Amino acid sequence: MTRLNELTIAAARDGLAKGEFSARELAEAHIAAMESARRLNLFITETPERALAMADAADARRRRGEAGLLDGIPLAVKDLFCTEDVLTTAGSHILDGFHPPYESTVTANLWRAGAVLLGKTNLDEFAMGSSNMTSHYGPVESPWRRKGDNRPLVPGGSSGGSAAAVAARVTAGAIGTDTGGSIRQPAAFCGIVGMKPTYGRCSRWGIVAFASSLDQAGPLTRTVRDAAIMLRAMAGHDPRDSTSVDRPVPDYEAALSGDIRGLRVGIPKEYRVDGMPDEIEALWRRGVQWLEEAGATTIEVSLPHTKYALPTYYIIAPAEASSNLARYDGVRYGLRVPGRTPTEMYEATRGEGFGAEVKRRVLIGTYVLSAGYYDAYYNKARKVRALILRDFTEAFESVDVLLTPTAPSTAFAQGEKMDDPIAMYLNDVFTVPANLSGLPGISVPAAMAEDGLPLGLQVIGRAFDEETMLRVAHVIETAAGFDAEPAFVAGR
Amino acid sequence: MSLIRGRTGEWEVVIGLEVHAQVIADSKLFSGAATAFGAEPNTQVSLVDAAMPGMLPVLNARSVEQAVRTGLGLNARINLTSVFERKNYFYPDLPQGYQISQYLQPIVGEGEITLDLPDGSVKTVGIERLHLEQDAGKSLHDQHPNCTYIDLNRSGVTLMEIVSKPDMRSGDEAAAYLTKLRAILRYLGTSTGNMEEGSMRCDINLSVRRPGAALGTRTETKNVNSIRFVKQAIEYEAKRQIAVLEDGGTIEQETRLFDPGKGVTRAMRTKEEAHDYRYFPDPDLLPLVLDSEWVEELRRALPELPDARKARFIADYGLSAYDAGVLVAERETADYFEAVVRGGAGRDAKRAANWIMGEVFAALNRDGIDLAAAPVDAARLGGLLDLIADGTISGRIAKDVFDAMWDSGKDAATIVEEKGLKQISDEGAIAAIVARVVADNPTQAEQFRAGNEKVLGWFVGQVMKATRGQANPGVVNRLLREKLS
Amino acid sequence: MAVDRTTVAHIAKLARIRIDAEQQDALTADLNNILSWIEQLSELDTEGVAPMTSVVEMRLPQRPDAVTDGNCRDKILRNAPETMHGFFVVPKVVE
Ligand SMILES: [Mg+2]
Ligand SMILES: [Zn+2]
Repeated sequence: MTRLNELTIAAARDGLAKGEFSARELAEAHIAAMESARRLNLFITETPERALAMADAADARRRRGEAGLLDGIPLAVKDLFCTEDVLTTAGSHILDGFHPPYESTVTANLWRAGAVLLGKTNLDEFAMGSSNMTSHYGPVESPWRRKGDNRPLVPGGSSGGSAAAVAARVTAGAIGTDTGGSIRQPAAFCGIVGMKPTYGRCSRWGIVAFASSLDQAGPLTRTVRDAAIMLRAMAGHDPRDSTSVDRPVPDYEAALSGDIRGLRVGIPKEYRVDGMPDEIEALWRRGVQWLEEAGATTIEVSLPHTKYALPTYYIIAPAEASSNLARYDGVRYGLRVPGRTPTEMYEATRGEGFGAEVKRRVLIGTYVLSAGYYDAYYNKARKVRALILRDFTEAFESVDVLLTPTAPSTAFAQGEKMDDPIAMYLNDVFTVPANLSGLPGISVPAAMAEDGLPLGLQVIGRAFDEETMLRVAHVIETAAGFDAEPAFVAGR
Repeated sequence: MSLIRGRTGEWEVVIGLEVHAQVIADSKLFSGAATAFGAEPNTQVSLVDAAMPGMLPVLNARSVEQAVRTGLGLNARINLTSVFERKNYFYPDLPQGYQISQYLQPIVGEGEITLDLPDGSVKTVGIERLHLEQDAGKSLHDQHPNCTYIDLNRSGVTLMEIVSKPDMRSGDEAAAYLTKLRAILRYLGTSTGNMEEGSMRCDINLSVRRPGAALGTRTETKNVNSIRFVKQAIEYEAKRQIAVLEDGGTIEQETRLFDPGKGVTRAMRTKEEAHDYRYFPDPDLLPLVLDSEWVEELRRALPELPDARKARFIADYGLSAYDAGVLVAERETADYFEAVVRGGAGRDAKRAANWIMGEVFAALNRDGIDLAAAPVDAARLGGLLDLIADGTISGRIAKDVFDAMWDSGKDAATIVEEKGLKQISDEGAIAAIVARVVADNPTQAEQFRAGNEKVLGWFVGQVMKATRGQANPGVVNRLLREKLS
Repeated sequence: MAVDRTTVAHIAKLARIRIDAEQQDALTADLNNILSWIEQLSELDTEGVAPMTSVVEMRLPQRPDAVTDGNCRDKILRNAPETMHGFFVVPKVVE
């Protein structure tokens, strides 16, 4: 039998249901895996005692015949979700010691479905980054290695700890947040599945906010089926989030029929960016072929404002962040660096509490909102955002989903791209447009690149049509048959 | 136009007021925490009000309704789409680091208020806008030598900011504006307008100019918390600005504070760098869209407001404009008046008005209480007026009865009964006393007969004295004339 | 629109972030780099385009006016660096 920590969610669920092992045994295997992977710095906080207690409760429920959708399944949670009485840091020095007296809606939904908390995963500080190098708690190391090169690689970011933990078989599933690609890009780098649902599908209540109009929680898993299972448990209307949509949550797993005959798949021509490696271009063509072989038709579509998405994002996200992060002032929680006046205290606390990338973005955001620049930057970006959304709306008149690469490269080494923020920002060129337009997107591991690292393909769906998107992703997953494993697999 | 004479000529004072009125609602604008006054520190605070990470605002429907009703009461345009924006600045009692307010698209647009000025003239003051926003918490600076304490109970309470146009020209006009605005809010039940509890606060924008000249540079005097202080602050600040300009100086656009102890305004000590609030639409909220039918429903359900009520009091009860104006100034007074008049058949509205504006107001003033706490309620005052109307007691005796009612809380009939104050209208009894008094004072009788009419009044007094004031004065007069002729 | 060191110092002040001289130089360079890259948006004609207000097509929800929250001072104060007598405490504010 496969080691318990290497099971997918679906397999673990079925094994638990058949009584092949208990939730406690499953939790113990995952705790051991978590401990064995410590050198990757995946977790900021491990919660083994809580995991065992939750697993015991799951076993008891199962004995009473009350098992939920995810009963007994151990999960890792990005340390951006507030978890009651468990340290929550957002990867930042400024939240030192913060133990929320409340539980985020998404994690509460997971626990209600019976899931088990393994620990809080490392991330880029306040989810600002694509490398996981900006965490106050140190970088996360990817379990992958380039062919013939032993330098540590980044897992991508900002949900890098979650992605790497899933890839390293420390956990079958993890949750992350995606503001500009922070689930999908690390999923692609780590050779796993990562999904950003439609904006409004999962509640933002209790998630440390980065950019409120873009943030969305989603699952990171090793299979599309697992992503479907998790989303069903995470999603749902929350009256405490005014942007949460009141729609029924479908059984996403049931949508994985494998049948995409007659589906129209759009290939956005503007995603063929300058300097994109040939092998990514080739993989994209292979994706088109897989879908056509499964009976879909592919159509070239135009999203003419694609090239403006990234600069638009880098106005809107920092602007919102500059305001969202104003609450970290040393008065009510977290770090306080003393000062003689409140202003001195603020400046000292925020100067010391925020890392370089957060400072950069808060300053950019402050600048683009400030008097005299608001129209030129912020309002301009809101107009371009409207155009980007219009591009998608028009494209979706003639297609059902879009197919693109997830990222323009494979994972890079720790330390690479560090001195040029824009080179780093370009990682998100294919993922950002879906955030700006609120659309769901999913990255599926589809091939290995020349350098021995995974590559992902992205499917973008219509708003609230995660089902079609998942069905297509599942077909790609099946066709690709991706089975490569990282250099490090926990417990081996 | 009221002008101020300075050393070098006349000046016109230009005043606009920004009023922050706390909206009557049980819970806060964006959270379910309570809003009651006077709770223990930080007990009426939700995780949202304390700006805990990941907390999100959800709009209070009643706050929206109250703002719309107020806008309708101010004859203002209701904006069917309005937008909540964040006003970003750092202050220890502002937990989010921003205040959720409305900026480019407020919920209520232009309207107006009609003022009845003390000299009898009428003036219209324009309303620029009304918007919804969150209140901040409270900083206590005097509890500790080197710390400030922060209480977030007020954090997130719904405020309406009501901004006037710069249409006022004197402290009196500003006072009349605030009085009228407060009356409208109370009639609507949208704010208590209680300045002592901080439910209504006023910022004064003031500049001076030569008559007819362009607007001068203004100062903003913040958080003045009584109408009397508003008048004082305006008078002081106008004189200060004129003195500065007449000495060849310039007015700095600045924020000032009013010192009620000294009656002066002063510039805030901390000269912050110029404010840059970086307003932008709150991404945690969507634009607020209202149905026009719903707004019309609210319009139809609006109570009668002071101006309409005044017109009705003049038309229906034959009151003078002045009396009607005084009675409608507070909803409670107008309600009391109408309860008295309508409480019994054939009650004389003018007499009721005179009693309320005379005896009742004087007693309230003397005891420093509100009408709601008055020991003589509308039913009791009505009972007293009935006893005057049917001749049971005289108007003069009625004043004693009123005082006794006020002190004891008993009704008029009981007091008249207990103290035996019934008026004597029996002609036989009065005639006997008249005869005795005339007989006892032959000198005065002679004077009257010689044509000194004034002596009649002295005789009336003697008769009333002899009856302890209970004789019917009309009968006494008639019988005296008969006896003396 | 290039930013100089003074502008960077001013926005750092607005954002209440203390930065030392060395950081100020690095941030000035970074911000200029980022801003000039962002500048490409100006080549787009957005005349007549309404700025996007929200990605979700729904009305702003409103909740009924009821006291459902609060009365949890311990939760509110539990994480605070300094409290006294039920208050948060900060260095003295001078007005
Ligand atoms: Mg104001
Ligand atoms: Zn205001």
